Amino acid sequence: MTTNRSAETTPDVASIRADFPILGTQVHDSPLVYLDNAATTQKPHHVIESLSTYYETYNANIHRGLHTLSEQATAEYESARDRIAAFINAKQSHEVIFTRGTTDAINLVARAWGDSNVASGDEIILTEIEHHSNLVPWQMLAHRRGAHLRFIPTDSEGHVDLVEYEKMLGKRTRIVAVTHMSNVLGVITPVAELIRIAHANGIPVLVDAAQSVPHMKVNVQELDADFVAFSGHKMLGPTGIGILYGKESLLNTMDPFIGGGSMIRVVELHESSWAGLPEKFEGGTPNIAGAIGLGAAVDYINQIGISNITAHEMSLTDYALQQLQDLDSVRIFGPPDTANRGGVISFAVGEIHPHDIGTLLDTDGVAVRAGHHCAQPLMRKLGVPATVRASFYLYNTTDEIDQLVASISRAKDFFDGA
Amino acid sequence: MALDDLYRDVIMDHYKRPRNQGAASDANIVVEGVNPLCGDEVKLWLTVSSDNIVTAANFEGHGCSISQASVSIMTEAITGKPVAEVGRIISEFRAMMLDGADANETLLGDGIALEGVRDFPVRIKCAVLSWNTLKLGLDEHQESSGGHIELSHTES
Repeated sequence: MTTNRSAETTPDVASIRADFPILGTQVHDSPLVYLDNAATTQKPHHVIESLSTYYETYNANIHRGLHTLSEQATAEYESARDRIAAFINAKQSHEVIFTRGTTDAINLVARAWGDSNVASGDEIILTEIEHHSNLVPWQMLAHRRGAHLRFIPTDSEGHVDLVEYEKMLGKRTRIVAVTHMSNVLGVITPVAELIRIAHANGIPVLVDAAQSVPHMKVNVQELDADFVAFSGHKMLGPTGIGILYGKESLLNTMDPFIGGGSMIRVVELHESSWAGLPEKFEGGTPNIAGAIGLGAAVDYINQIGISNITAHEMSLTDYALQQLQDLDSVRIFGPPDTANRGGVISFAVGEIHPHDIGTLLDTDGVAVRAGHHCAQPLMRKLGVPATVRASFYLYNTTDEIDQLVASISRAKDFFDGA
Repeated sequence: MALDDLYRDVIMDHYKRPRNQGAASDANIVVEGVNPLCGDEVKLWLTVSSDNIVTAANFEGHGCSISQASVSIMTEAITGKPVAEVGRIISEFRAMMLDGADANETLLGDGIALEGVRDFPVRIKCAVLSWNTLKLGLDEHQESSGGHIELSHTES
């Protein structure tokens, strides 16, 4: 990037797009219209270059070599941690653990916290709209420990029932794990309120923030969240890197998840003692390049300004909801307006199967997700096998939404005309 | 890679007007197939006579147009054929879809129309689901003593 942008100015989408090499790609002879950002986002030059710079100029292992390159790699890796900690307003950098992604982070908590805090007959509270990544690790924990999962009911738009939730909390409740924003319905859950109520009952809360941290200001101290998990690749960073934020007081009580190098203090033949935070949870050589790349992604987001990104996505979502609602054949799932939703819109087009829509849109260069979105229980609740999903980010434009709408109309004509 | 190659008239016709749809109570092979990745499902009711002729093939299912057209096409292609010939039809279809082989139209009937799906690799499994399900049903039938069998196949 060569331009200087103040975090206070409205982002210029054209200049943002110029930072993303892939956005110039043609798909089936049409310009790529990338609307699958809830699955993964594209990467700016700045991030791609941070990876090649690491590999080309200071590639070394961290925290062990007494040589110059190792010191530089360690400094960059830890600097990325500091900037990510600042981005989510963690009180201390060592409360930010590098993981492989959201799934890995939640599994870490389900194992390292869950196995020593959840006993037979205990309860784990989730919602009905969770991604498999915030469901299956808890099912596995429940099976290991003989515990039970309970689900906060949600209405057809995905809003959680706070009254029922409060009634569900009891002396057997050990943890509440909830999504901050549904990857299917786009609905934003009232996590601050859910946390306040849980804490009034002495219960910790894990927030699956995979869909929120990339798109809106998430302040972990203000939320008072106990654990927050998110992925780098959904916020302009590389794949294979993610974050578990945990309160120091909780992380300190937990045993490691992965044993091996880097996470130990002293190793004897028959036992070992653990390193402090954050190394205790980062056994083995970590994804050094990935962490550095995620740090670069956070810098990029800060340069644009997260509030500007939120505002841009809200205006796109507002526009897309209106345009899609104008199509008679389209049925939108989730909230009908942007009051409590992010830039993720799931929909059905008449009786046409979502996979057929996905293929038809692809031939126009429009990339959307068609499938169950790793949320099979929610699909059953909605009564559909799958949905089509369009999801937006800072580089999308209203022109692209017009192309989405035109392509849906063409697909409808194609199927109805046959 | 035109859309018309994927969704040819004959495919859309089978999708909109499926042949041999509905359960058959006198079938001696009932076999279900599912692709858990995308949720496509087919259930086949096959009636094989004592002299090894597929006298009837019926189906129910739900999923995308390719999976449902493919199963409709398949039931037409195999009805009235000896089991051994059905085996050759299955091999011909799988070779066309999975190995890119040129197919014999006389053998495949409308199945030849699914050739264009090869250009859409993520959709090939949609087309072969019902054929793999059929293969399992007939293979098990050959190995059993010919009595009533119920099976399920998971596409992987």
